[in-house]
Amino acid sequence: MPLLEAIDVHGGYGGMNILNGVDMTIEADEIGVIVGPNGAGKSTMLKAIFGLLTITGGEIRLRGEAITNLSPHKLVERGMGFVPQEKNIFPSLSVEENLEMGAFLKPATATRLKQQIYEFFPPLKEKRRQPAGELSGGQRQMVAMGRALMNEPSVLLLDEPTAGLSPLYMNEIFERVKTINAAGVGVLMVEQNAKQALRIADKGFVLAAGQNRFTDTGQALLDDPEVARSFLGG
Amino acid sequence: MTTPQHSSSRPAVPTRELVLFGGLIVVVLGVFFAMGGAYATRMLVEAACYAILALGLTIQWGYAGQFNAGIMGFVALGGFSATFFSIPVNHDFWSSDLPGRLGGVLLAIIAAIALVVAVSRLDRLGVPKLARTLLTILVGLIAYLVVISWLREVTGDIESQVDFVGGLGLPVWVGWIVGGLLAGGVGYLIGHICLGLRADYLVIATLGIAEIIKAFLKNSDWLTRGTATISPLPWPVPSPGEVGFITARALYLSVTVVMIAVIFFLLHRAYHAPWGRMIRAIRDNEVSAAAMGKSINRRRQEIFVFGCVLMGIGGAALTSFTGIFDAQGYLPLNHTFLVLVMVILGGPGNNLGTLFGAVLVYVIWIMSGPMALALAHFVAELGGMWFDWQPGNMDSQALQARVFVIGLLILMVLRFAPRGLIPEKVAHHD
Amino acid sequence: MNELIYFFNYVVVAGSVTGSIYAMGAIGVTLIYSILRFAHFAHADMMTLGAFLVLLLTLLFPHAGEPLGLPTAVVMLPIAMVLTSLAAVGIDRVFYQPLRNHGVKPIVLVIASLGVTLMLQGLIRLFSGTGAQSLYVDARKEIFRLEVPGVTRPIILTEPQIILFVVTIASVIALHLFLTRSRLGKAMRAMSDNPDLARASGINTQLIVTLTWVIAGSLATLAGTLLSLDVAFKPDLSFFLLLPIFAAAIVGGVGHPFGAVAGGFLVGFAETLAVFNWSVLLRPLRDSLPSWIELPNNLALVGTEYKIVVPFFILIAVLIWRPTGLFKGKVI
Repeated sequence: MPLLEAIDVHGGYGGMNILNGVDMTIEADEIGVIVGPNGAGKSTMLKAIFGLLTITGGEIRLRGEAITNLSPHKLVERGMGFVPQEKNIFPSLSVEENLEMGAFLKPATATRLKQQIYEFFPPLKEKRRQPAGELSGGQRQMVAMGRALMNEPSVLLLDEPTAGLSPLYMNEIFERVKTINAAGVGVLMVEQNAKQALRIADKGFVLAAGQNRFTDTGQALLDDPEVARSFLGG
Repeated sequence: MTTPQHSSSRPAVPTRELVLFGGLIVVVLGVFFAMGGAYATRMLVEAACYAILALGLTIQWGYAGQFNAGIMGFVALGGFSATFFSIPVNHDFWSSDLPGRLGGVLLAIIAAIALVVAVSRLDRLGVPKLARTLLTILVGLIAYLVVISWLREVTGDIESQVDFVGGLGLPVWVGWIVGGLLAGGVGYLIGHICLGLRADYLVIATLGIAEIIKAFLKNSDWLTRGTATISPLPWPVPSPGEVGFITARALYLSVTVVMIAVIFFLLHRAYHAPWGRMIRAIRDNEVSAAAMGKSINRRRQEIFVFGCVLMGIGGAALTSFTGIFDAQGYLPLNHTFLVLVMVILGGPGNNLGTLFGAVLVYVIWIMSGPMALALAHFVAELGGMWFDWQPGNMDSQALQARVFVIGLLILMVLRFAPRGLIPEKVAHHD
Repeated sequence: MNELIYFFNYVVVAGSVTGSIYAMGAIGVTLIYSILRFAHFAHADMMTLGAFLVLLLTLLFPHAGEPLGLPTAVVMLPIAMVLTSLAAVGIDRVFYQPLRNHGVKPIVLVIASLGVTLMLQGLIRLFSGTGAQSLYVDARKEIFRLEVPGVTRPIILTEPQIILFVVTIASVIALHLFLTRSRLGKAMRAMSDNPDLARASGINTQLIVTLTWVIAGSLATLAGTLLSLDVAFKPDLSFFLLLPIFAAAIVGGVGHPFGAVAGGFLVGFAETLAVFNWSVLLRPLRDSLPSWIELPNNLALVGTEYKIVVPFFILIAVLIWRPTGLFKGKVI
């Protein structure tokens, strides 16, 4: 049974359809990457899965159970983690408090998980008392991912985790995503840095105008000359 | 997200307006026959004055989204101006040395302000900023203390020697116009400070300025006789003593109706001029209007000032009609919240709706007195039964019941008819 | 020396009293603002409501405080805090929440809170009448006179003032510990930082909203009651509190609880200093002054009838020069 399944999803904002039938499937040990031009509905798709906009057609399933249009709150309880692209930290809270908020629903495990996150993102440990808003962009992204991981999700949704980061940090983040996935967390992320992201992707979804254009393994998409020409900038 | 669509495909004949206004006329005629012509005309004149206040608020709140919680202050300012310009000249005051001394203090105030401003600019001559700031505060403090003690002395003498400064004995309408200008001036200052900030701050600031205006008028016995009140106030039309109650009030009513008609005409003209299109653009879609640049706040300021001018004029007309200037008679409940109810019930931003709301709410307000008294009696009896209390003044209890009802009415309208009985047509682009 | 004691009694003590009251009110305003994003104008009336409930309870059980050696009103405080909190949560559920769910602009909530203001005022006056009533029913206010060696004039402190200082310090410390140590307190700060992310983290935002009203309602009850104990219960208490507590919250930086405390004391002391008659302090110098300087009898900056001008000008000054407040509030 696939971990996360999206079948013919339609939806959008205020009566305007952005998603016109998107299909996606992710297994528990896979990294899925959504790429595509601006306005293709990549982030919208992620938000639709996380219950942040109303889906008007189609279905979303988590481990075979329908979760279409459940509230984010319910989805977090069911083991979904979401890292928005912007405003993904609590700026005035310390790093440590940010992480604790991620484990709000499971306070008993917070101390143990915090240690794991600090091992996973060592820079956060030394800055744990500092307000998260004072950190650099890459470190903020670590706080954001750490916060989502504190809930021990079975699937993690990342919205452009490397946006605005230097190449050095970008590679570091992608490495972390691989490690997170290796630990048994399914990952679905939207990426602008398409080539680099597809390199670590088990599955790649190329969206255009709210529909799937290509769906294949990451490597296969990178090798496909048509994908390369139209979507990866040659 | 699905936002509820208020898709009002309205018929060519405005049935809703016709039915509502028809009903209103029936109600007014009912009052006319039940309470008599003199009572009904008085009610209508007051309702018309309130309608001017409500039009002031409806353009601020409905057009520009700026909520003014200090209408009372602008009303009081207009009322004071109407009083000051129209009541007879106090010859005792003018024949004494007091006007000269008062003028001297006014000059001293101007000089003190100039001095403080000059000191605050000292940094341009090379004085360090901190020293300049400290010096400015020190000079300001001393200048303030000196001037205020002079002012206290002169005003004290005015009160003890000639009662108060009296008026100017000019035609009433001069006072009304100046009242509008005064209110507009205060509105300009407040708007200048607050309109770039969150709308909440404007609410606090207007609330505060209204109380300060009232405190000033109430405590400046030399200017307004304070709690001793000033009466009678002249009318712009023949007084009841000359032509009888009904005729005089009907004449006054026609004056206010003409004023409302002029305001309607002006608003209509402005609405279809480029200025009005810009205002509507701001109201209908603030985001896209914001793309036009920062003149939004300028437009907002213009609307706010214009609304305040209307409130000043309305307040002046209302005070002249009442015939007595009593600073303590200006109450947030009567002169701010009642107007608020008129506007949100009638339809914010819709002039016709506001007019309807003003008359309807005022009629209900006036007629609710006896009803509230009965209700208060009932509640106080319950209170006496439960808590063994002797109810105090029944009239004030009746007033409190009305306070409660007005509050509840505001909440109910916001909840169930947020766009009023005659909603303004707003283009939605979401 | 006498003059200094006079200064202490009429400025330091009086300023601390008003400062404490304003601080506790402003904390509520600022918390509600940071969680619900609107200026809650009915807050001063919530303070009146709290004091009124204490008055009711004290009238019902006038001798409840005697076994504990405290004024009955103080013993009734916890019950009134619970009742006021319930009322606050109820008002939110019935009036504010439906509007919030409808996605109205914050200014509409402000108008709704003005409606609630009128309802509360009407209700309270309906039952209490419009006059002032002492919260000391069947009891006497204790006044402590501390003799200072070598001075004829004593330092004067009343029992309610001492209770007020203790309660203020205790509640500020408790609030600090709650916000920085407890899970819910941190969640509250998180929600004020970023409500969407708080929801996405599984934080029960409804619970946080309820908690906010409970804290604000409790502090309002404390402040309103202790103020009424010090002077008397008046139904128009809120009228004199509204502007100062908003000025305090804005001076301190909206959304910043400890800024609100600082702002409360700033406004409280500014008011006290402005109405204080400075010529009293200068009197001992009078004989040594050159004859051409005539010391006026009244050297107060503003008369008590214009006290309301002080918070207003502080407010305006902050809005002009530093709209985010002295401690950099989150939201302007």
